[in-house]
Amino acid sequence: MKNKYSVFSLIKNAFSYHENWEKAWKDATPKKEYDVVIVGGGGHGLATAYYLAKKHNMKNIAVVEKGWIGGGNTGRNTTIIRSNYLWDASAGLYDHALKIWEGLSQELNYNVMFSQRGVMNLAHNLQDVRDLKRRTHANRLNGIDAVYLNTDEVKKFCPIINTSPDIRYPVLGGTLQRRAGTARHDAVAWGYARGADEMGVDIIQNCEVKGIKRNGDSVEGIETTKGFIKTKKIGVVAAGHSSVIANMAGLRLPLESKPLQALVSEPVKPIIDTVVMSNAVHAYVSQSDKGELVIGAGTDDYVSYSQKGSHQIVEGTLNAILELYPIFSRMRMLRQWGGIVDICPDASPILSKTAIKGLYFNCGWGTGGFKATPGSGDLFAHTIANDEPHKLNAAFNLNRFVSGDLVDEHGAAAVAH
Amino acid sequence: MFIINCPYCGERDQQEFKAGGEAHIERPKQPTELSDDEWAEYLFMRKNIKGVQFERWNHAHGCRKWFNMVRDTSNDEIKLIYKMGEKPPVE
Amino acid sequence: MPENFRVKSSEFIDETNRISFKFNGKTYYGFRGDTLASALLANNVHLVGRSFKYHRPRGIMTSGSEEPNAIVQVNENTDTTEPNVRATEIEIYEGLEASSQNCWPNVNFDIGGINNLISPFLPAGFYYKTFMWPSSFWEKYEYFIRHSAGLGKSPKKKDPDIYDHRYVHCDVLVVGAGISGILAAKNAAKNNLKTLLVDEKNELGGSTLFQNEEFNKIENQSSSEWLKKQIQELKDLKNLEVKVRTSVAAYHGYNYLLARENLTDHLEKKDKQNKVRQRLLKIRAKKVILATGALERPLIFNNNDRPGIMLSSAVKKYADFYGVACGKKIVFFTNNDSAYESALCLHNKGIKVEAIIDIRENSDSKTVKSLEASGIKIHWSHTIVDTHGYKRLNNVSIMKLSKDGMTVTGKKIKISCDCLGMAGGWTPAVHLFTQSGGKLRFDEDNKVFLPSKYPSKQISVGSCSGDFKINSIIKNLDLNLKDFLEIKKTDFENIDVKCDSEKSKRNIWLLPSDKSIGKTKPFVDYQNDATAKDIKLALREGFRSIEHVKRYTTTGMGTDQGKLGNMHALGIIADTADVKMGELGTTTFRPPYTPLTFGTIVGRNVGEFFDIFRRTPMNDWHIEHKAEFENVGQWKRAWYYPVNGETMHEAVQRESKAARESAGILDASTLGKIDIQGSDSSEFLNRVYTNAWSKLAIGNCRYGLMLNEDGMVYDDGVTTRLGENHYIMTTTTGGAANVLGKLEDYLQTEWPELDVYLTSVTDHYATASVCGPNSKKILNKIVPDIELSDENFPHMSFKEAKIGNINCRIMRISFTGELSYEINVQASYGKSVWEKCIEAGKEFNITPYGTETMHLLRAEKGFIIVGQDTDGTMTPVDLQMDWIVSKKKYDFIGKRSLYRSDTMREDRKQLIGLLTDDPSIVLEEGAQIVSELNQNPIQMLGHVTSSYFSPNLNKSIALAVVKGGKDMLGKKLYIPMENKTINVTVSNPVFFDKENLRINA
Repeated sequence: MKNKYSVFSLIKNAFSYHENWEKAWKDATPKKEYDVVIVGGGGHGLATAYYLAKKHNMKNIAVVEKGWIGGGNTGRNTTIIRSNYLWDASAGLYDHALKIWEGLSQELNYNVMFSQRGVMNLAHNLQDVRDLKRRTHANRLNGIDAVYLNTDEVKKFCPIINTSPDIRYPVLGGTLQRRAGTARHDAVAWGYARGADEMGVDIIQNCEVKGIKRNGDSVEGIETTKGFIKTKKIGVVAAGHSSVIANMAGLRLPLESKPLQALVSEPVKPIIDTVVMSNAVHAYVSQSDKGELVIGAGTDDYVSYSQKGSHQIVEGTLNAILELYPIFSRMRMLRQWGGIVDICPDASPILSKTAIKGLYFNCGWGTGGFKATPGSGDLFAHTIANDEPHKLNAAFNLNRFVSGDLVDEHGAAAVAH
Repeated sequence: MFIINCPYCGERDQQEFKAGGEAHIERPKQPTELSDDEWAEYLFMRKNIKGVQFERWNHAHGCRKWFNMVRDTSNDEIKLIYKMGEKPPVE
Repeated sequence: MPENFRVKSSEFIDETNRISFKFNGKTYYGFRGDTLASALLANNVHLVGRSFKYHRPRGIMTSGSEEPNAIVQVNENTDTTEPNVRATEIEIYEGLEASSQNCWPNVNFDIGGINNLISPFLPAGFYYKTFMWPSSFWEKYEYFIRHSAGLGKSPKKKDPDIYDHRYVHCDVLVVGAGISGILAAKNAAKNNLKTLLVDEKNELGGSTLFQNEEFNKIENQSSSEWLKKQIQELKDLKNLEVKVRTSVAAYHGYNYLLARENLTDHLEKKDKQNKVRQRLLKIRAKKVILATGALERPLIFNNNDRPGIMLSSAVKKYADFYGVACGKKIVFFTNNDSAYESALCLHNKGIKVEAIIDIRENSDSKTVKSLEASGIKIHWSHTIVDTHGYKRLNNVSIMKLSKDGMTVTGKKIKISCDCLGMAGGWTPAVHLFTQSGGKLRFDEDNKVFLPSKYPSKQISVGSCSGDFKINSIIKNLDLNLKDFLEIKKTDFENIDVKCDSEKSKRNIWLLPSDKSIGKTKPFVDYQNDATAKDIKLALREGFRSIEHVKRYTTTGMGTDQGKLGNMHALGIIADTADVKMGELGTTTFRPPYTPLTFGTIVGRNVGEFFDIFRRTPMNDWHIEHKAEFENVGQWKRAWYYPVNGETMHEAVQRESKAARESAGILDASTLGKIDIQGSDSSEFLNRVYTNAWSKLAIGNCRYGLMLNEDGMVYDDGVTTRLGENHYIMTTTTGGAANVLGKLEDYLQTEWPELDVYLTSVTDHYATASVCGPNSKKILNKIVPDIELSDENFPHMSFKEAKIGNINCRIMRISFTGELSYEINVQASYGKSVWEKCIEAGKEFNITPYGTETMHLLRAEKGFIIVGQDTDGTMTPVDLQMDWIVSKKKYDFIGKRSLYRSDTMREDRKQLIGLLTDDPSIVLEEGAQIVSELNQNPIQMLGHVTSSYFSPNLNKSIALAVVKGGKDMLGKKLYIPMENKTINVTVSNPVFFDKENLRINA
């Protein structure tokens, strides 16, 4: 058992000038063979390894990461967590995750700073109103907390929004999920890494996958920059690079990897105490505990792995921010960055077996994967361990693109992720 | 933001263009004769290459013509642009 | 009265122009040319702010945009307030008010200072290890964390200023107007290259502008005198545009750069009025020359953060440029010769230099020798082990460094001083270079990262490329410019440059103290209070990647983005983990270089310009008649026309009745209209719509449904055959642009063999739709020449006609189920034709109705609205519109997808009608529908898509999509609302005039 984190351990260690803290996780070198290799050391991959070890009694597990853990979309997203999805399958998946979030700091003994400050989605035209009401009713019947707010209630909950009826995109109403909120993204990767490491999972950084070795219809192992690793089960959780790994195994996925950008302002004292999303004008904003406004921009329309997007996307997002929050005009952008998001045609993820035995994919989270991290890890671990999906991720199979049984969060609800 | 050399208009800012995804996926001439799998392959499955990719672009805020582009998706370097209907270059 | 530290008049400061300003409520004076920082220093004010985490007193450290500490709130409680502005960048003006941030009640006595006392319990990442118990308390802890974090305060009022954008295209962009930038720009412009030179400061010249050392001479003049002549000569170059106060924020691929030009921040209020405050330059440069200079490094030692501790170059600039002494007893601490230059310049101005502490063993450069000759004490091989003075430095303790530089030995010496200038060497400003995709290499000798491979047409020149001495800068610049700009010669080749040279080097990233590191506070990131021991703790805990260390310790994540301390952080990581700095790499340099105002990025795209409204030709009439408007896509559409204080419900009920009882008129101009011509037009329509088109007779109209290739309904509308090879297609209002794009795509890429031409004519026509039993009579008054009998002008046909001299196309089509005519005229006649219809309809009480009534009337008839009754998951079969899907056609867009296993399921959601058991209850659109109430989880079958109270049926009606709904006619279902359950019965979706008699009434 690692030394437990608490205020008492902090005080105790203060007397030894913090020189006796143990490693949160150790840098492993690959063994010859593992029962399962997880490709991708982001939040989802680390969580998968953690739950494989914790709930499925597997011990010989490796996570291989091309760079540093949590360095992909885990460390680049705007950390919004919510579960107020329209379709039953999505609601089930995301609310499963939200329930785990609610106890995650204690479970991991690592403060992931899950803060249930509420997420509000705004409606700007009559169809938005219909869509948001439809979603609120569906959420309520699915046991997910969600309320519809009229314009005055929106204003009351977040007074800095410009709710004047005379603006270009007036606020006609909104939905609020109070259990929703934000978390500290890096801490999620680090907390899962620490938990997995404690149960014997090998976390191998700077280890890039170069090939997948197959024997007929089964996998035999992976070629990496740190040598060949034998394994019968490979769980790929490579986000923007999923297609690259799939191509190594001779598979094609219904994905396109596109640039997604985000930015933060300079830190200021608390000014917005919730998360507000507006899909119609594309403005998502919250404020970090450090005081920075955290603003999610949109995706570009072309495939790119450059982790750079175009300026017009950032400009468009800030146009929208100033439409809804004119008081932020004199605030300043401190940093902007880009990630690579893997997008499915129906804007829902894939958590699925493939035609190749022992090869599993967890991908397609598009712009909204962070919120699902714990649930995704738990369900993917189940899928790998049992070689069949859990009922909560059964709908998110690859075959839906053949049968037509899509989980269309994209077309259906005009819901931003 | 790229500069794209539209084959009809010349060099223009990327803002004037729309990307149209992977190129040279021809719409099947006889869709009804395809299996569900084959149809899904056409509809949804994409190479999504990291590296040199062939793709379609449209000069949406210009001449509105579609054309093909060869682009390295790892660094966004445009290698070649050619008109619709022209044969893709061989490596 | 504060003491005056203005020691010498400076040519850059206009002492005839005295300016008063307030800092923390107190009035001070400075001069035109001062920054807030120089003016405060002139008033002996060093304590300016409090740090982020420990609330330690902090002063002014630098003289530029790299300042981590002296950041202030400007004009608090006004509409022009701004947080986190660097005092070193604020040019003072009459009436400026600035105040310290992140302190309460004030900067001299700050309660938050208690954090400094408990700092042993707050190491890097402490918050990940605690605040977890009890779990429900996190949000309470977080409340305090949030309120003690943050720096300044967000503005709370609307910004009164305006911002602007400008597109700039140039042959050469030169970034930075120090000596390298000036020479580069001058020679580019002289060679007929359209050149733009930008600099973030308000003066050209960089640090050479005040370089008067006797050892640096260009053509036997002091380098500053020589440079001033060069700057003079820039004025005559017609190819050159020069912009000061212009900071390049971002350098993107394809030489696309963003620069912020600051236009009014330095002006007093009355001069700012109605002027553009900041302008964003969007620059496309064929070639870019980066001459961004270098930033001086601090030194990392115990308590290196007190007010009075500054960069050596800043101490020099305040003296040379602003004529301000930063103290009365100044000590320099250095690892190179530049501190000696600063010390000499101060000494020559009569400012007392107490001592120089140099970690090197010696140096024999002329500068050092000359300083030694002045009698100033130099402590070779010494380091500072501690500093003292809470709100202002009052002394430093030094000790001798061991040979390996790892420890200190001997006796501690205290040196009394009120200002310390640190000179830790120079870091080339490679930020923009790396933003552009450039890769760096590490120069082990000079411990600097330098540009190695250029990703676009650009070069770095001067100190940002690692050249620090003026003679080599000029020599290399000459060679590089000729090559890069492809010019034969420069106007400064072979000029005579003399300068002193430095030989001895010693670099120690973390200087030792006599105390163990755990007991010290050697700050690496001043603003975020990250210390060297935090970095070591992170490494100890297994955070080995530099990105991990950065994130765990927050090093380099302040508003200065680590411009001062990032190199030391890397050095300390490399030393501690025993890896080479070159292998370690750097963290990503993220744009912008300095923070960029949101308003500047947005420019004029505010208010209505955020997204332009489209308005129909009849819009003024709607406004005159008090219409309420609905935003549909980009359009403003009349929603309803309340009269005499009617509510929306009352207005809609009245309008709906009028349309069915006598006559109504709707502005339908917003519908998308695509003109289709060419010999293959019929075949084209066959392929894009689900139904067949070849047999449509000229002069007839047909409704069409368009699918996506995935089989889902995408758009609908009526298309009219105007001629053998000529059609006009209408689309939904919101879908027009996408439909055109999709059709063009198929035509150009899949079916180039088809002879078809598409033209968007949405804006070219205005459409008035007259409906109701009396519409024929009204039409007869307007177009008396047209024979309106059902035989001559039947439903779903069209006629060309003239209203006076105005040509029009009249389609007899109906979205309301009533006898109805759509009159299309050239847009400019729209309003007059509309008014003619109203005039002609007066005797029939013609009633203008808006979109809401239109929606109600079509719902009575069970007509769908794409986007309201469909959501991208509905096939035509789901909509019970099988009749429109041709079985005979070999193919059309989306056909194949209708035959997949899921799309063929019988129990998909299908469009049905719903009637409430209590006819007065109007269902909520979006409400969910169930068949069993006592389930857990409850199974939702579908939802209400459209719902209205029908005045014509005197009961509520609704359309809904329900799983397996088409077989449920008459079945009882339930709508579980939040506080009640509504009972409903499934009905036919056509509620009114099921026999379609009224269309020919």
